[in-house]
Amino acid sequence: MMMRDWLCPDAAQAARGLRLSRRHALLGLTAAFTLGRSAMALAAPATEQRLVVVLMRGALDGMSAVQPYGDPGFVALRGPLALPEPGEAGGVLDLGGKFGLHPALPGIHGMYGRGEALLVHAVAGHYRSRSHFEAQDYLESGADQRLDSGWLNRAVSVMPSRPGRDLALSVGLSAPLLLRGSATVQAWAPDHFAQPSADLYQRLLAISLRDPVIGPAMAEGIKQRGFDAGALQGQAGDPAHDRSFEALCGSAGHLLAQPGGPRVAALEIGGWDTHAAQVKRLQTALGQLDAGLVALQAGLGAAWANTVVLAVTEFGRTARINGTNGTDHGTAGVSFLVGGAVAGGRVRTDWPGLASSALFENRDLAPTTDLRSVIKGVLVDHLGLRAASMNVILPGSQDAPPLSNLVRT
Amino acid sequence: MNRFGFGRRPEERLPSDPHGWLRTQLAGPDPAPTTGAIDTAGALAIVVEQQQARKSVFGEMPPSATAGGAQAGAKLPRPVGMLAAREAHDLLGCALMTPSPFRERLVWFWANHFTVANRATVTSACSGAYVREAIRPNVTGRFSDMLVAVIRHPAMLAYLNQAQSAGPESVVGLRRHRGLNENLARECLELHTVTPASGYTQADVTNFARVLTGWSIELHDEPRGFRFRPKMHEPGEIEVMGRVWPPGEEGGLALLNWLGTHPSTYRHLATKLVCHFVADDPPPDQVRRIETVLRDTRGDLGAAAEAVIELPGAWETGTKLRPPQDFLVFCLRSVGATPDKVPNLANIAGSLGQGVFQAPFPIGWPDRAADWAGPEAMVQRVDFSYGLAGREAAIDPEQLGHATLGPLLTQQTLSQIRAAGSRRDALTLLLASPEFQRR
Repeated sequence: MMMRDWLCPDAAQAARGLRLSRRHALLGLTAAFTLGRSAMALAAPATEQRLVVVLMRGALDGMSAVQPYGDPGFVALRGPLALPEPGEAGGVLDLGGKFGLHPALPGIHGMYGRGEALLVHAVAGHYRSRSHFEAQDYLESGADQRLDSGWLNRAVSVMPSRPGRDLALSVGLSAPLLLRGSATVQAWAPDHFAQPSADLYQRLLAISLRDPVIGPAMAEGIKQRGFDAGALQGQAGDPAHDRSFEALCGSAGHLLAQPGGPRVAALEIGGWDTHAAQVKRLQTALGQLDAGLVALQAGLGAAWANTVVLAVTEFGRTARINGTNGTDHGTAGVSFLVGGAVAGGRVRTDWPGLASSALFENRDLAPTTDLRSVIKGVLVDHLGLRAASMNVILPGSQDAPPLSNLVRT
Repeated sequence: MNRFGFGRRPEERLPSDPHGWLRTQLAGPDPAPTTGAIDTAGALAIVVEQQQARKSVFGEMPPSATAGGAQAGAKLPRPVGMLAAREAHDLLGCALMTPSPFRERLVWFWANHFTVANRATVTSACSGAYVREAIRPNVTGRFSDMLVAVIRHPAMLAYLNQAQSAGPESVVGLRRHRGLNENLARECLELHTVTPASGYTQADVTNFARVLTGWSIELHDEPRGFRFRPKMHEPGEIEVMGRVWPPGEEGGLALLNWLGTHPSTYRHLATKLVCHFVADDPPPDQVRRIETVLRDTRGDLGAAAEAVIELPGAWETGTKLRPPQDFLVFCLRSVGATPDKVPNLANIAGSLGQGVFQAPFPIGWPDRAADWAGPEAMVQRVDFSYGLAGREAAIDPEQLGHATLGPLLTQQTLSQIRAAGSRRDALTLLLASPEFQRR
């Protein structure tokens, strides 16, 4: 009962406060409001930069997305998975020679033409696991073992905080490991059910707070509901299943664009584990990714200029096609960097070649760029984090220095 | 009832001897209703029927390849989709009504251990039959029998791309340049049996895939179902994990039996069982007890389940957060709902984040609170509870709380229920309370 007496009213005030501040923000007012007993200034956000990380779960085949058609070994390895060269019917999209972009990615190709897409090839995480689950854990933990927090959360935790505002946003029903950790994270997912009143939520919160798992999650979820309901009005999106990623991206863009909104977000998209019938399945998955990134740009509006989107996958796929017109779990692949802040229009790679002797374990595209170097380059040059904090965010990564020139300076 | 089952239905009596009640469920036959159920052969016939119906409209071209075809295709009858929807509903409905909830929990546990998801058409059609034929008969039997039944089942062969995998040196491999697909072999080692802790290599995965070549599906000729195709099978002896396995179907069977009785497999299974029935962080001594039982009985899952009942941690309530399907069934059982009154059961499970036969990866659904307690997921549970409470206006929430939770109902929740402005609000508070969400 003691908990109820002092926590419930406070939480209700917090919810009211957030709604009030959001209205102020939407009206373009310089906001200062009172929360409970303490006055609080909604200062200018600590950063105007936006970072979105897209987890492509299931292992994207990098050599299908960004095809090295100029490599003499490519067609022999890939057979029907090797698309025609640029300019031919059904061919890859021109990236300026040697590499071509999969034709299901016209949106990214447009960004590439505007210098807003950078394609990093032959990149891999620091681990050499071919297990989806281990590799995703290591990728999200940013370490050689599964940790309880993700590198993106640790990055947020070293950023200057803004009173009353969370910097990070998780889009989807539950936060991925990437965003779990000590920094609090907002969450948003489309509505499915009729909603109870704010008062009922608060009563439920009062009986949930004693639970160490349910309590904090409930508090955060309820706060998020209050925060979001208006911001998303009028653009809830088409609920059709195949467009759900696109809808999530559009909403994420709107939330990130708000003056007092979050600055860092994580999204997930599946459909990449193409052991069989890869041509058709990748067409679908790449199409969803492409539509999502275009929707994200539209949602961000002018804030696109300050945005970097980093799309990563746990590992690449085998260099050779398998027996069922697909590819199996491999090593190096592709990461996408898109956004107005990206120094793009280039394929950035130390290309290892596709001769049998050049393949990793005579099987996979060999890794020549450490994904942690890409991540660090973005965190340092885009978010302005100190190089010294990198060993907290990505422990044990001393041998992977940040890549420079990934973003416009 | 709460800890080992799916909660108490209003008409159920409390068992006077809980241990005996649980053991009786293990001894008896599986009571899941089978009337009207479609077996694997029947499900595969429906796949063929759907394919032929499409062919007669579109010819050999798939609908998506013709202009406007995808739209026209969407309007054709979808017997496989209808079957899959019915199976998803029936699986939840079975848990909603079962008088043997502990046994049903074991069925869910093993079906999740051997996850299949409705990606391939064949799997969508067969997933219900898969649970009936490969999982249910074996939940109190030997693990290696379940393993063989699972790996041979068309639902799994299609889900993990085994059916088309051909040995590179086999007749089909040489003539048509078809080759291996190592997906099933890898996941079988990594997830179903020995796990990477056993130290197998990439070569073991590839060679296991060679051993399994020829394990395929007969879709067109009767009897429809599993079919060993010698012409796809890689000839010769093959080494996997330091042992040489003979050619032919026998090689795969022998290898699966060996994997199913491997000490690393027992450790893996014991860890998962204790994580599921005891705590998110399974206590090592309790894992060892289950592991010992599995080793001493050569993988008797009934004996392992009995041993789980005897674990000291198995009776400490509140350590586990119910995953969405479990939460959904628990809520509906407590209000006495029947499957026919909730026709959108499977859709609700999907909205709560855990669609039936929809796990995103072969590792199946996670089994720890942190994986299910996302902020938005929690609020979705509140909203679901609110919707259900709106349809159950006749229920006395306080009475229901006592009947379902007994001593687990807290004073704090009780006083909030009493203070609620409406019955609907009170019932929402009960259904979404921590004590309702945990077991």
